[in-house]
Amino acid sequence: MWQFFHKLGSPKWFFGISARFMPWLLAGGVLLLMAGVVWGLAFAPKDYLQGNSYRIIFIHVPTAFMAQSIYIMMASAAVVTLVWRMKLADVFVKAVTPVGLVLTFLALFTGAVWGKPTWGTWWIWDARLTSMLILLFLYGGVIALDRAINDEKSAARAVAVLVLVGVVNIPIIKYSVEWWNTLHQPATFKLTEKPSMPAEMWVPLLLSVLGLYMIFGWLACIRMQTEILSREQRTRWVKEFVMKGRS
Amino acid sequence: MNTEARPEARLASGSVGALAAMKAVFARDMKVAFRQRQDLLNPLLFFIMVVTLFPLGVSPEVSFLREAGAGILWVAALLSVLLSLDHLFRHDFDDGTLEQLVLQPQPLFLLILAKTLAHWMLTGLPLVLLTPVLGVMVHLDGNSIAVLCLTLLIGTPVLSLIGAIGAALTLGLRSAGVLLSLLIIPLYIPVLIFGTGTVAAAAEGAAVGAYVALMGAFLMLALTLAPFAAAAALKISLSNG
Repeated sequence: MWQFFHKLGSPKWFFGISARFMPWLLAGGVLLLMAGVVWGLAFAPKDYLQGNSYRIIFIHVPTAFMAQSIYIMMASAAVVTLVWRMKLADVFVKAVTPVGLVLTFLALFTGAVWGKPTWGTWWIWDARLTSMLILLFLYGGVIALDRAINDEKSAARAVAVLVLVGVVNIPIIKYSVEWWNTLHQPATFKLTEKPSMPAEMWVPLLLSVLGLYMIFGWLACIRMQTEILSREQRTRWVKEFVMKGRS
Repeated sequence: MNTEARPEARLASGSVGALAAMKAVFARDMKVAFRQRQDLLNPLLFFIMVVTLFPLGVSPEVSFLREAGAGILWVAALLSVLLSLDHLFRHDFDDGTLEQLVLQPQPLFLLILAKTLAHWMLTGLPLVLLTPVLGVMVHLDGNSIAVLCLTLLIGTPVLSLIGAIGAALTLGLRSAGVLLSLLIIPLYIPVLIFGTGTVAAAAEGAAVGAYVALMGAFLMLALTLAPFAAAAALKISLSNG
């Protein structure tokens, strides 16, 4: 078990192992996402109230779900960075922050597109929208801080502190804006309850969430690989790897 | 050397308790600040000027100002605390005092707590004391002004404490000022929401006890957690240079 733990911290080991399951992640992710989105957009029944416009849910919910989920993963990795100083953890944080930023933006954008026909406005100062906007700011802050510090190690640790402070604040922000003002419907999926929508709607939604998860896994791997190559460029295995690719 | 007269000197020997060390740091920060009085005045002037911009820029109507006044004062206070945060560690960082503080045998988070408390006494508290005057200028009624002062009294220490984390993280970086605002403003939002929410509730004649209790909870949370985060951030920033 401890050997596995040590291996997990080794960039070289990760580089080898991730290359092996990356194709599966990509293939599975594309398949599931396609299935979910095509089913959702073309075959799922119309909503009796919102008509066809509700179909953007099949893109909106996965991106919003991932955007929050990535921040929580980053926070877990930040704990690992601060406690065990594991190299891979801060490679992960650095690699996925821009992905989280883009997904948060997409969630806000698709939400705005959905809001126009449903609520009659692109933007409204509602709890969910505002807290997602703040999440976007937090992602932006993490990237800005990371770019501002030149030394790689202190950048990683400073970012880890910031991510953790943010994660303490996320529930506070969430509930403060929720009490302040809300219009958004409650969460679509809850672990403890049966979904309130029919199976023809929530199954494709679940598929696209899982698909996006897998694609995120693939993206995280490939971005982490790039980061590892640039950080370890002076080591022998990286040189050998690059030379092998060239011959 | 007469160690009785120089608490700083005794501090370094490690023979003083944590509380005495906090007192010494607090007293030193106050003394240094009062030697440069203009620096104390600047955030206050900024506060007044930002508040002045709203009647000039948006509308001097009494009805608008009465509605938006509490929010304007809160935003102005928030910005002026943000502006003063740069001073929290900067001078001590430049002249090396900060490194000595980190090297003290007393826990760093307690010393940071003392520094933050001094920072609040020098910026947050004067803002609260100025608020009644500005409140009258934006036509708030007496009850609203009293509640506004109360929320600022509870809220500004939270701003200073959260700000200490940001100031520690951005210490010694280029363009630290803008970066500090980027990192800290998202974290200030809950305080702002509840601060203005309390005043709005008071203006409608509702009971404000629950709101004030929640702000008190924020203060307790910030008081217990923020110094630890700031201490960790400070150590990282110092090892960076």
